Amino acid sequence: MGDEFVQLSLTPLAIGVLAAVACALPGNFLILRRQALIGDAISHVVLPGIVVAFLITGKISTWPMMLGAAGASIVAVVLIEMIKRLGRIEPGAAMGVTFTSLFAAGVFLLEQSDTSSVHLDVEHALYGNLESLIWLSADGWGSLLDPQALADLPPELFRMTVVTLLIAVLTALFWRPLKLSTFDEGFASTLGIPTATLSFGLVGAAAIAAVAAFDAVGSIIVIAMFICPPAAARLMTNRLEAQVAWSIAFAAVSAVLGYVIAGYGPLWLGGTDAVSAAGMIATVSGMILGLTCLFAPHRSRIGVPPGSEQS
Amino acid sequence: MPVAVQLASRDGRAVHPAASADDPLAVQGLTVSYGEKPALFSIDATVPPGRMAAIIGPNGAGKSTLLKAVLGIVPALSGTVTVFGVPLAKSRHRITYVPQRASVDWDFPTRVIDVVLMGLYRELGLLHLVRRHHREKALACLDRVGMADFAGRQIGQLSGGQQQRVFLARALAQNADLYLLDEPFAGVDAATEKAIIDVLKSLKAEKRTVVCVHHDLATVADYFDHVLLINVRKIAEGPVATTFTADNLQAAYGGRLATAHIDQLKLPVI
Repeated sequence: MGDEFVQLSLTPLAIGVLAAVACALPGNFLILRRQALIGDAISHVVLPGIVVAFLITGKISTWPMMLGAAGASIVAVVLIEMIKRLGRIEPGAAMGVTFTSLFAAGVFLLEQSDTSSVHLDVEHALYGNLESLIWLSADGWGSLLDPQALADLPPELFRMTVVTLLIAVLTALFWRPLKLSTFDEGFASTLGIPTATLSFGLVGAAAIAAVAAFDAVGSIIVIAMFICPPAAARLMTNRLEAQVAWSIAFAAVSAVLGYVIAGYGPLWLGGTDAVSAAGMIATVSGMILGLTCLFAPHRSRIGVPPGSEQS
Repeated sequence: MPVAVQLASRDGRAVHPAASADDPLAVQGLTVSYGEKPALFSIDATVPPGRMAAIIGPNGAGKSTLLKAVLGIVPALSGTVTVFGVPLAKSRHRITYVPQRASVDWDFPTRVIDVVLMGLYRELGLLHLVRRHHREKALACLDRVGMADFAGRQIGQLSGGQQQRVFLARALAQNADLYLLDEPFAGVDAATEKAIIDVLKSLKAEKRTVVCVHHDLATVADYFDHVLLINVRKIAEGPVATTFTADNLQAAYGGRLATAHIDQLKLPVI
């Protein structure tokens, strides 16, 4: 754990953990509201948003791409609502139709446009480039105190830190109304809680997390982090407070273990090349979910049908 | 004013007296639609203070929808709702709602006491901090429905009747003057039914007003003193003694209620 670690692994690890936590936090509520797919949807529709932003501006720069991604998320949320209402179909189907179509449109645009000269391709969109987010000017732990070296930190780290903090603060601030309206939306609205605004805000926070994480680590890890850590955490406890804490822990463990295994695992097995860190982080989070399904204290709920809806 | 209500209901016309400011609940011309067909059409109704009122009608009559529209949970196409003479937005602190038990996911990761504390949400202040006196108040409400021993349980471990009592305790915590309950006796055991009706009667003794969507016609005369019969439109409203009649029931339920069944009901003798 020396100088090389600080230079090559510290920042990707930190970004991975922050991205995982930023997605896992809203994921807890999305899963309890049976809206887990919305994270999936948002993480897919950022691709066409980014491609369109690139086609308009002609260069890879952060802000236009973030705006494009955010715009695409809004388009997707509106489309989902429209299909749900006009087509009178269930939300899951509306989400499925919307995000697959938009993602396909993104891939199509990408293939048809001249993006060969820049680092923008489907693979980048799916897996991100966590391994390349290194801190070149660092030469050891001492660099953490060196202003010159700190100025050279990857900008993704700064963005991801701000977004994760923002989401953590929002979650803490709106904890009670969010919990109340997730459990019993009708009752919450009789207390004067603006449930529709809160619901939209939750999806908005998920979109911010997805866009920021997508930019840093790609869409695979985003999809996995919205669902796997909260789902595994639910099986560990029967209290929402503890569930959120578990989900943060699982997200962080997935990010660290996944990054380390991706970097060193193949070497331990006698191979020569590392594998995708984002892919391995998603894999580890899935394995944690698998283990909790088998061994967690409150796993008996699996297979219990959801309460039947009555009007 | 109750006299006027009786007159209006006796001849079955949709004439409705102007609501007085004392009335816990007054609804005028309320129409709600989920699709093209209205779920409720031009409902006028008044619940006088201190009553135990039942909303009855066949399945799909719009009973639950009426409560939800009164509370603003579903939007109304037209009509006005006044609670204690003022619009709902100004009287939220005086009204509480017990939804149908099956309307929430009881697998939600929370404990019994946390559900009751939700009723104290408006008292928690800006940071929503739960203090000791909040906790004690919640426990007292649980005690009132006979569930104090279950405070620390996960809600998924409760039986249907226990879930219903926890919902009632949450409403009690709000210390409201008007209680709207959606089928509080549906699918509960006899002990729970007794516990709930005892609490509701004690609320009435405290001069509070209770309105229940109710489906068991056999207990209407025992439990309630005011009744609102609807089937999308209003059929009749007024005191049980004059309104809960075979004619009105036949009008509300149509052929769905056999005459033999009506004969078995403890209908008031006029």
